[in-house]
Amino acid sequence: MAELGPVLEVFLGGLMSGVLYALVALGFVLIFKASGVFNFAQGAMVLFAALSLVRLSEWLPFGVAVLLTIAIMIALAWAVERLVLRPLVGQHGLILFMATIGVTFFLDGFGQTIWGSNVYQLDLGIPASPWFLFENLFPGGILVSPIDVFAAVIAGTLVVALSIFFHSTKIGRALRAVADDHQAAQSVGIPLNQIWLIVWSTAGIVALVAGMAWGTKLGVQFSLSLIALKALPVLILGGLTSIPGAIIGGLIIGAGEKLAEFYIGPLIGGGIEYWFAYVLALAVLLVRPQGLFGEKIIERV
Amino acid sequence: MNLLGRGALAPAVPVFRVFGAMNARAPSASLAPDVASRTALAVHNIEVVYDHVVLVLKGVSLEVPEGSIVTLLGANGAGKTTTLKAISNLLHAERGEVTKGSITFYGEEVHRLSPNELVRRGCIQVMEGRRCFAHLTVEENLLTGAFTRKDGRAAIQADLEMVYSYFPRLKERRRSLAGYTSGGEQQMCAIGRALMARPRLVLLDEPSMGLAPQLVEEIFEIVDQLNRNEKVTFLVAEQNTNVALRYARYGYILENGRVVLDGPAEALRDNEDVKEFYLGLSATGRKSFRDIKSYKRRKRWL
Ligand SMILES: Nc1ncnc2c1ncn2[C@@H]1O[C@H](COP(=O)(O)OP(=O)(O)OP(=O)(O)O)[C@@H](O)[C@H]1O
Ligand SMILES: [Mg+2]
Repeated sequence: MAELGPVLEVFLGGLMSGVLYALVALGFVLIFKASGVFNFAQGAMVLFAALSLVRLSEWLPFGVAVLLTIAIMIALAWAVERLVLRPLVGQHGLILFMATIGVTFFLDGFGQTIWGSNVYQLDLGIPASPWFLFENLFPGGILVSPIDVFAAVIAGTLVVALSIFFHSTKIGRALRAVADDHQAAQSVGIPLNQIWLIVWSTAGIVALVAGMAWGTKLGVQFSLSLIALKALPVLILGGLTSIPGAIIGGLIIGAGEKLAEFYIGPLIGGGIEYWFAYVLALAVLLVRPQGLFGEKIIERV
Repeated sequence: MNLLGRGALAPAVPVFRVFGAMNARAPSASLAPDVASRTALAVHNIEVVYDHVVLVLKGVSLEVPEGSIVTLLGANGAGKTTTLKAISNLLHAERGEVTKGSITFYGEEVHRLSPNELVRRGCIQVMEGRRCFAHLTVEENLLTGAFTRKDGRAAIQADLEMVYSYFPRLKERRRSLAGYTSGGEQQMCAIGRALMARPRLVLLDEPSMGLAPQLVEEIFEIVDQLNRNEKVTFLVAEQNTNVALRYARYGYILENGRVVLDGPAEALRDNEDVKEFYLGLSATGRKSFRDIKSYKRRKRWL
């Protein structure tokens, strides 16, 4: 049983990093669900939010900086709705996707221009030294990072809140209606512009949370923008339209890649972590195109 | 080839109203006596262009008196849907635009309003092909119709019951996903959803599409009841001329983006040309109104 300790440690560590992937994937799901747009800029939004927060908190109290960053993300949502989505309404999904790629490059560049491009430390006041759990069960205990635990708790809260929002409020119902059929939603008097503003703002706030978690872990820097690529397999696995799917997809991928590295890595010289998620996603795509939890594609009309 | 004969027949048909005439009241004594004198909707000489170049409506005018059922008839591609969307301001999402003319709803110019503002004022469209929200339950679908309302939960709940009383089948299926209900149930759901907005005017686009004749009859019967009991005015676009003219009081026939003929429903039903072209009651094949002189002349007045 001496083996179990390290395995469990790897597994837990994987789950925790999975939560971080899930936080990014969540932003994608929100926007895709409500506007049918695959928002490639979600990663850039994570970076932008984190940069804004870390630089603002240099000369403002942290709480104020958070509020101000939320305001900035809402303003960004407003600008995207006005300048990108509204003129392109009715266009093909691919065109909207291309537009979000444009937004990505703009945000990456603009963010670094106004906030700087160094690596910034984000300190949330969470103890950096790891916790050791179950020391009486396993020799040396299981190492867990408090930051990861913090991120997991935040992600869990966020998911519960969003589920309630989507399923039990009038706005949430309208969001789901818009997700199903824009034009029909418009025809019953649901204002698309407001809905998009709400959704992009929510996604912006989710990006901020993801940015805080990732930024604390890795430092706030350009590579945060690239974690969007890590969210792609999570989306394929969990389904583009499912909030719980994003979380569970994240957990599976996080734990899966760490375990694969632990077990198979030594046999082939390591490096599995970097491509495992994509292979897993590909396999899922072949078997279940809508993802494990994606909405069933209802064919009848 | 008895074009002359046809041309001679047409004037025998009861008074068809001339467009642009100042006299906006419905002119015919054969209209039901309960028709209120107010005009709910007036479309005046509108042109619609898609993609900045495709001219689809070439000067359409029509009028819907309050409390009436008016039908807009025409073959595929005649421009019925375009007309309704021009009214409800849903054209924008299709890159369409009203470039000329005016649309007034209860006397107010509405063609710059957003669709939701129009719904709030009481004009709502039931789109062609039903367009229920597939991943929402039937009841959730109905509730989305109440999005613009501010009169509170109790009023909305009461209207939900009202809708269920007209469509008992929806009540049975209230918890199922709309995507899994039958075509007829989806049409009922779409109409019910529109009613939840407490509309004064419903623009109903091809409710008969893809439904069995019996079901079509059932739906029109309910439309008729809603019109009588709930005082909802309807403008119904239809290809099913036969059914539409039985339930409507007044009809417009659209061809190629123009109104070529209009009149009280029973007059249209008795019209030889309508019989021939739209009711399929003639031995000769379908022709177009364009082939007939008398209608050509009418067109120039528009
Ligand atoms: N989005 C669009 N872009 C360009 N042209 C369009 C568009 N929508 C409709 N049209 C054209 O406008 C004309 C009228 O179409 P419309 O849908 O209004 O006809 P309709 O009378 O409703 O026909 P149907 O009975 O088939 O529904 C058609 O020639 C059609 O090709
Ligand atoms: Mg149509």
